[in-house]
Amino acid sequence: MIFLLTINRYKCCYCGACVGVCPTCALELVETMIEVAADCKECGICTKICPVGALEVKA
Amino acid sequence: MSMKCDLVVVGAGPGGSMTAKTAAQAGLKVVMLEKRQEIGEPVRCAEGVGKRALCEMVKPEPEWIAAEVKGAKIYAPDGTSIVMSEDKSGSEVGYVLERKVFDRALAMQAAQAGAKVMVKTRALGLIKKDGVPCGVSAMRLGEPLQIEAPIIIGADGVESKVGRWAGIDTTLKLKDMETCAQFLVQDSTIDDEYTEFFLGNSIAPAGYAWAFPKGEKLANVGLGVLGTRSKPGEATRLLNEFVKARYPNGKVLEMVVGGDPCAGQIESTTSDGVMLVGDAARQTDPLTGGGILSAMQAGIMAGEVAAKALTAGDVSKAGLKEYEDRWREDIGKHLSRSYEFKEFFVKLTDNDLNQMLGSLKKEDISKMDLRGMLRVLFRLNPKLLWELRHLVV
Repeated sequence: MIFLLTINRYKCCYCGACVGVCPTCALELVETMIEVAADCKECGICTKICPVGALEVKA
Repeated sequence: MSMKCDLVVVGAGPGGSMTAKTAAQAGLKVVMLEKRQEIGEPVRCAEGVGKRALCEMVKPEPEWIAAEVKGAKIYAPDGTSIVMSEDKSGSEVGYVLERKVFDRALAMQAAQAGAKVMVKTRALGLIKKDGVPCGVSAMRLGEPLQIEAPIIIGADGVESKVGRWAGIDTTLKLKDMETCAQFLVQDSTIDDEYTEFFLGNSIAPAGYAWAFPKGEKLANVGLGVLGTRSKPGEATRLLNEFVKARYPNGKVLEMVVGGDPCAGQIESTTSDGVMLVGDAARQTDPLTGGGILSAMQAGIMAGEVAAKALTAGDVSKAGLKEYEDRWREDIGKHLSRSYEFKEFFVKLTDNDLNQMLGSLKKEDISKMDLRGMLRVLFRLNPKLLWELRHLVV
């Protein structure tokens, strides 16, 4: 099964908390947009820290 | 496009601006980059600062200050409260700032001192020569920009990349980050004179809720939850509950969210040609979450050390050691102490919190500082606080 980190851009308040906890440095906050790089391991740590619940690891 | 300077600062928050200002005043050619198009927005902060420490670094202007408070009230889960006066309750009360104005004013001071400020300019990576950083490659309004500089300052906040690019591990564990949400609330019941702190595991698990007044019945009402106790969207969900219960008729005028590092001292904040400042260096107070003042203090130190290192012709990690030594001696010691308190605090149950704050009810703590209060707390609750005994002397 393939897992994918998805970002709900309508929910995201672009605070960058997810970027700070990402163990593979795969996330980046580009002004108002979170970008996910290919090195994302879909570990889901970022989803827990997100204050608004904009991140989700989906199957 | 490419340019050359002595020092490039990534991030124009209070830490970056103080570094840029200090270095420019020392005669360095400074460029400060801000990825956003506006400095100071969106805010990710509860905006409380200690008055005395702020005034030691900058002359406060009335436009930055939303409110001045008399002290702090701390509420136990059962509603019992204690009051601490402003000059005694540590460094996080005094002024409640207007960060949008404050951050821009500090950037302006840096500019006036001679620094070049570039907004909408995002650092993409470090330029390296033989593995040693010697500049920043950036994107400005969609166009590439190379900035060569012997020293690079990472003042790029909680989402810092500069450190990681330089090989410094700044990744925060979930247990070392509070996830926070805040509303700007208008309500007739808001206490305009005190900052308020609300403890309780159902309000904010392993964190706390706060209300920082901003004048005219407005307040930053927010809360932080420890990362390990959070789930997706938890901070916002709990804040909605808290505001509904505490300010049922309150009007929400603004929303702020963010992650607040509570990691204590990280292993390294320098590498060859690189220094980290403020949230990027995880210099936030792990117990209170306050980070404005330490970022500014560290910024001044980094600016001074940058000037010295350039004069001495050694910008290697060894040449920048003075920065590491100076901030650890001052801010670092406080962070470590605070971290121990935080590690203890996050384990407390609501009963523990009720017992602790309740025990102070019969004591006169109005004239005590935090240390004095801890001594009293320890005397009254020796069993509960036993593991902190080495901190209470």
